[in-house]
Amino acid sequence: MVASIFTFSCNFQYFINDGNPHCVKVLAVLEFTGVKCDVKHVNHEERVVPYLSRPALPALLLPSGTHLFSPNSICQYLIELNGQESSDIVNQWLEWEATELQPAVMHALHMVVLQGKGAETPRVLQGPLSYLDQSLSQRTTLFLTAEMVSVADVVLWAALYPILSDSSLVSGNQTLQLWFERVGMLAACVSAAQTVLQGKGLKAESLKTYLQRQPTTHHGQGQVQGRGTQPCNSPEGDDDDCVLSEEEIQSAAVTWGKGLTDLPMVPERQHPILPQEGKRNVLVTSALPYVNNVPHLGNIIGCVLSADVFARYGRLRGWNVLYVCGTDEYGTATENKAREEGLTAQQICDKYHAVHASIYQWFQVDFDFFGRTTTKKQTEIAQNIFWRLHERGFLLEDIVEQLRCEACQRFLADRFVEGTCPFCSYPEARGDQCDKCGKLINAVELREPTCKVCSQTPVVQSSKHLFLDLPKLEAELEQWLERSTGSGDWTANAKQITRSWVRDGLKPRCITRDLKWGTPVPHPDFSDKVFYVWFDAPIGYLSITANYTDQWEKWWKNPQQVELYNFMAKDNVPFHSVVFPCSLLGAQDNYTLVNHLVATEYLNYEDTKFSKSRGVGVFGDMAKDTGIPSDVWRFYLLYLRPEGQDSAFSWVDMATKNNSELLNNLGNFINRAGMFVSKFFESCVPAMALQQEDKRLLAQVGWELKQYINLMDRVKIRDALKCILNISRHGNQYIQVNEPWKKIKGDETDRFRSGTVTGVSVNVACLLSVMLQPYMPTVSHTIRQQLNAPPSVTGTLLQGTGNFVCSLPAGHHIGTVSPLFQKLESEQIESLKKRFGGQQVTSDPAAQTAVNGADAERARELTLAVAEQAEKVRTLKGQKAEKTVIGAEVTKLLELKKQLSLAEGKDPEPVLTKGKKNAQPATTPASDPAAQTAVNGADAERARELTLAVAEQVTWGGNKCNELGIRGETMEV
Amino acid sequence: MSLKELSSLEKALGLKKPNKYSTQGDRKVPVLQTINGQALVGLVTIATHLVQEAKRPELLGGSAEHKAVVQQWLEYRVTKVDGCHKEDIKTILKDLNSYLEDKVYLAGNQFTLADTLMYYGIHHVIVDLAVQEKEKYMNMTRWFDHVQHYPSVRHHLPPVVVLRNRVYTSGHH
Repeated sequence: MVASIFTFSCNFQYFINDGNPHCVKVLAVLEFTGVKCDVKHVNHEERVVPYLSRPALPALLLPSGTHLFSPNSICQYLIELNGQESSDIVNQWLEWEATELQPAVMHALHMVVLQGKGAETPRVLQGPLSYLDQSLSQRTTLFLTAEMVSVADVVLWAALYPILSDSSLVSGNQTLQLWFERVGMLAACVSAAQTVLQGKGLKAESLKTYLQRQPTTHHGQGQVQGRGTQPCNSPEGDDDDCVLSEEEIQSAAVTWGKGLTDLPMVPERQHPILPQEGKRNVLVTSALPYVNNVPHLGNIIGCVLSADVFARYGRLRGWNVLYVCGTDEYGTATENKAREEGLTAQQICDKYHAVHASIYQWFQVDFDFFGRTTTKKQTEIAQNIFWRLHERGFLLEDIVEQLRCEACQRFLADRFVEGTCPFCSYPEARGDQCDKCGKLINAVELREPTCKVCSQTPVVQSSKHLFLDLPKLEAELEQWLERSTGSGDWTANAKQITRSWVRDGLKPRCITRDLKWGTPVPHPDFSDKVFYVWFDAPIGYLSITANYTDQWEKWWKNPQQVELYNFMAKDNVPFHSVVFPCSLLGAQDNYTLVNHLVATEYLNYEDTKFSKSRGVGVFGDMAKDTGIPSDVWRFYLLYLRPEGQDSAFSWVDMATKNNSELLNNLGNFINRAGMFVSKFFESCVPAMALQQEDKRLLAQVGWELKQYINLMDRVKIRDALKCILNISRHGNQYIQVNEPWKKIKGDETDRFRSGTVTGVSVNVACLLSVMLQPYMPTVSHTIRQQLNAPPSVTGTLLQGTGNFVCSLPAGHHIGTVSPLFQKLESEQIESLKKRFGGQQVTSDPAAQTAVNGADAERARELTLAVAEQAEKVRTLKGQKAEKTVIGAEVTKLLELKKQLSLAEGKDPEPVLTKGKKNAQPATTPASDPAAQTAVNGADAERARELTLAVAEQVTWGGNKCNELGIRGETMEV
Repeated sequence: MSLKELSSLEKALGLKKPNKYSTQGDRKVPVLQTINGQALVGLVTIATHLVQEAKRPELLGGSAEHKAVVQQWLEYRVTKVDGCHKEDIKTILKDLNSYLEDKVYLAGNQFTLADTLMYYGIHHVIVDLAVQEKEKYMNMTRWFDHVQHYPSVRHHLPPVVVLRNRVYTSGHH
């Protein structure tokens, strides 16, 4: 029996993380039973159990592939392998441990280790501990269930080990203490405690790190409360009736007294910003938004806005920050868009680059430089990296079978071809993917393929392409990943997506494309090709920086001095964590590689997805038309930031958050504090004498400030925002309890008291203005103006771990105070909801029917006229007529189509603008794809539909995964 | 609430004589006075005891491994599903859904006590799901439908309608 366990058990893998007290249980039982097992130490965020979305450690992987993630079940299992069955009473103790003891212990550990509130632990633990003590006293046996140690003893001992090993925390419960010592003497227990917590119990540094990484412990306190502890069913947001120790309160008062003296100012930004010796040099990038569409809210929160908040925060902290971004402009989608709008690709890029820039400007995204990828520098740098990869043997050549349209004289990439899906026979499958069954398609597999431009049947031809040899770089990549993910703040999804890519093994990836609109491949054998966007686009970060400063290499070839943060939505992760790093590693040019990869999940719109084609959702350019200020948009998007899980934009929720959090909580507090100073004290901050109650508030606020800094340093942007709202909640409560507006009318003592409360409150308001700056820059500025805050506050309060000092001392004159926020009324919200709820494209259906009814006759006539005109154009083309002649007929055709659209009640706008521009024959060479569309009679309207269908596929997350052909690989992770 | 569950479980197990239960504490943890004078506390403990009493050990899992899996999901039910925050519900549904992707029941191909108690515990969540959400958590919904139709499981709870054909077919994001 024993022998069989041994041979079999070598295949057990037990995953533990340092400092996790749950791991002690299982290690002790492993020792105790002698079951052999590979013990693997992993990171706190390692998701060992594939089907659980949050890391569950410890976990045991059985040879059958089954994961056990409940420590108690693992212990029971090991004991059973050893031949012992669990009895009712053992089961009962294990259930009690999981449901009652564990929540109380976690709560207590959180308070002692992270908040330094040792004095509070007896209150939390008293219930379960005395229950255990009594149960032990009523028994006559040495151990919990018998004279022998059972699995229940070991499990309970391990759960209590961190707490009970510190005798100062819990007194009394003598029987319990004796039992605890008895179990603790087992060799198995001693060695398990040594492995996980270095035998140090509560003082183990690893325990602290572990607890800090447990996001749910603090916010989930309501959940982890059990029987025997105090009920804590507080609503979201104020779950921290944080109990402060006397020392904390006193030390907060001391900090407060320091004032603003001798603390450094945040220096003015001077361009060009370059890395500096002795500073923290932080390079921030946001995924480059694809130029051919207007970004929607999901795109904005996913990258540019998140990166902006972090960059602003970094500047406040006194780091040397450079934030660059720009539009990604090459690729098929741009060519398609150009055809659709009747412009050249360059014109499309110019037009939409400006649209993007103005949207981000409205959202107050404070780039140090917002560039684009269609620049000379891009060509230079991309070609340089290409040659270096080539010289070092990291590129492979291979023949690829491709469809070529003889009529158009070109290879048909991705979306230039359509046909019948080989899997489901859907007749309108695209060259890269079928919209019906969702399968990825290799264009040559399409049945009855047709060219999307001229509707001719393409032929299969082989074409030579270059591939990046990822397998050759895999070992180096893995080494680097280990270092970077180990030391940097990578979000859990970023690590997981990366891991799954590497785990599945890397394959060579094609880096060239048969297109015109792209960075040309400099190799003579591939002169008619361009780089595939995924190779090219990330190089945009470098070239955009190069367009900002000639000394760009100080940022990008300087991993020793520079820390690189990449912000993106999760679908972009593989390109930033695997593919692009491989290009840079292979180039062997000391490139700066990403240290912190910050990826968001997706933002949905109400209960559906953003969709340009259906007109569902709010797009960047529409946000300002809502009349809601940019700061409020920023606030709500950041409040919703899909951090850790998907979230959804909702109008009603936006109004609620605006009215409850901004207006009634934050705005109300700041406004009241300021108004008291101006109304009761002639705009002059009164003298203050701090009482215990005031110091308590200072300590509460100071604690939230520390949390804020702690969270922001780790890019937990959404969580950090809650700290700001908690502070104003504390502030409101403080004002409410102390009633300065009543005391001002009382005797001298009361009036002085009113002064102290007002003075403290207005200083809290001043602190809030600084903490708000990354989130709501305008509001932050307005508050500081209203309070006439000295410029040095911005730098001072966020230094180190945070200093809540008195920055507006007695005698300070404040400015004019006025309300900061406005109520969002429900009618206003209802009308916005309607406006953005999917009716934008088709407009009012009733009106449309009327139009159709009236113009049905005219529509029929026009349909005929369009067909005739199209035939005429085709004939002219067939006769190789002069371009000017064809151009003139095309203009007529487009005009007719526009009228037809109108008659059919469709929005003719996009066709109209195209037609006008297209009408200039001189600027319309025959190769212009837009002209071809019209010339060949392929319906422009149809092209628009198709592109919209494409847009729908790529609706959110700042992505262009379809373009990259990776959708199936990343989206479903 | 848990008392109703236990009484349904007794019926499902075919136990003739209903037991008497009391509760203890704010969370109303069930307590069973057994014949030998011993009190058993806790839903999982009592349910396990009932299964043994009914001589249906297969409901606790056959092999040691199966037993551990059953125990694990029983514990999950009482620690994670019971009293979960609103925001955690999605995580629970998502996790169960991906776990059940290649399984018929929680412990693989065999129906166990874990299925019964998980079904009782999660019923109130599933009742409130929209059709679209049920489709989103398709594997979990399939499991739930199986269990609610398993002979004599669904005693005190109303049936939840599960559509057989998909309505939201395009949503493969």
